[in-house]
Amino acid sequence: MRQWILVLLAVALIAGACSDAPPAVLSLATTTSTNDSGLLDAIVPDFEEQYNASVQVVAVGTGQAIALGEAGDADVILVHSRSREDAFVEEGHGTARYDVMYNDFIIVGPTDDPAAIVGTPTASDGMAVIAATESTFASRGDDSGTHSKELSLWKAAGVEPDPNAVWYKSLGQGMGATLNFANESGAYTLTDRGTYLSQSDALTALGVVVGGASIDENVDPALLNPYGVIPVTPDKGNINAELASEFVKWITSVEVQEQISVYGVDAYGQPLFYPDSEAWSTR
Amino acid sequence: METLGRAFGDALQLLWSMDTDLFEIVGLTLQVTLVALAIALLLGIPMGAALGLAKHLPGRAFIVPLIYTGMGLPPVAVGLFTYLFLSNQGPLGSLGWLFTPAGMIVAQTIIAFPLVLGLTMAAVQGVDPDLPLQMRSLGATRRQIALTTLVESRIGVTAAVVAAYGSIISEVGAVMLVGGNIEGETRVLTTAIVLETRKGNFALALALGMILLTLAFLTNLVFHRLQVRQGGP
Repeated sequence: MRQWILVLLAVALIAGACSDAPPAVLSLATTTSTNDSGLLDAIVPDFEEQYNASVQVVAVGTGQAIALGEAGDADVILVHSRSREDAFVEEGHGTARYDVMYNDFIIVGPTDDPAAIVGTPTASDGMAVIAATESTFASRGDDSGTHSKELSLWKAAGVEPDPNAVWYKSLGQGMGATLNFANESGAYTLTDRGTYLSQSDALTALGVVVGGASIDENVDPALLNPYGVIPVTPDKGNINAELASEFVKWITSVEVQEQISVYGVDAYGQPLFYPDSEAWSTR
Repeated sequence: METLGRAFGDALQLLWSMDTDLFEIVGLTLQVTLVALAIALLLGIPMGAALGLAKHLPGRAFIVPLIYTGMGLPPVAVGLFTYLFLSNQGPLGSLGWLFTPAGMIVAQTIIAFPLVLGLTMAAVQGVDPDLPLQMRSLGATRRQIALTTLVESRIGVTAAVVAAYGSIISEVGAVMLVGGNIEGETRVLTTAIVLETRKGNFALALALGMILLTLAFLTNLVFHRLQVRQGGP
């Protein structure tokens, strides 16, 4: 009798496993900020269900995400470095770039603000002061979108930081590790607001010095941080182009944009990302 | 395959042009690894010899498994504990060793020490048990007995050195956490490889990997010559 039950159970399991077609796999290369903030975990299951797909999220710096796309190791990329995104499309690695959402960068530093930066109007002014006073600054130094933004701000400030200077610490690590370093070492650093907010409980020695308490208080347009989604060109081979374009349609749709607009409000009192797809803006 | 080939070519070119940043990274890697190895040897060899000889030590049934566990410590866990100890909130925060080579040396010493200790102990235990007895009957002191036994087990002890060296020069988790991979200060070969791979600079990452392997090989060549001179394999 017991054997019969086991056989029935096995048959039921096999039948259950076979009833659905195996899910198609979409490989998404994205930045650590979209993944570490928990946004993708919150919205992607809806896509997987609707399209019977399994999304493989590879969360790396924008530099590597773009390299993955160039090599054809990702079907679609979701990154934040506008000039490199445009170059990626121009060089024929991606079909087109679509707006998805934005948030903002802020400069955080020791709560006693030794360089007296609080009150400087723009990020580049603040960074000029950091360089002039040789206050410790922690750089991502990893070719990420945040690192590209930092370099463009130094350029605007008219400063060319020497990576071997004692005050300039080029870490080559992710945003979380860089914030921990700044917290331990009394350093200033440039961060996206989302990662800072999601980690702020542990960052007791840090406070916002440029960019204010929310995106509405951030007066510097240079600190805007737009994210774009780009399907990789199908001619690289092994690219799931159909699913990639469904993903783009899905993430830019009004319904998903709505979900993005409320993500994080419960936990942090403000959204971590602000949707701005074409469908959302013209709804 | 094409990318791999190109990366390999670029890697050779980079090695050829040996720039100063590269020298700095290689120099620090050797400095941290060799200092940590030296401390681990100074502590581990005498203690390993003593443990190997003290076959009736009370608590041995507990100490030996503890050492064996230590030989397999996950480097990233060692890094985490060292980080927490050296952090400003930790008990040793006042030293200011977090994100410095000194902190990296501490972490790597903790990884290397149980390896040296355990393998030295095993090597000493492998020596003919009659040797210490005979020496004692001839009136040798404890120190003389320990030294002679160590000399007898030198091939096994050299293996301990090789194992410890290999485990810390190739280790990335602990030095990344404790050192922070700061350019020009705490960046070593393994953390640089992780960084360059993340940036998509596969050629540079591959070049660094080749240097790491070459360093390990050259050092092991020296160790092996020592072993051969001692009549080893």
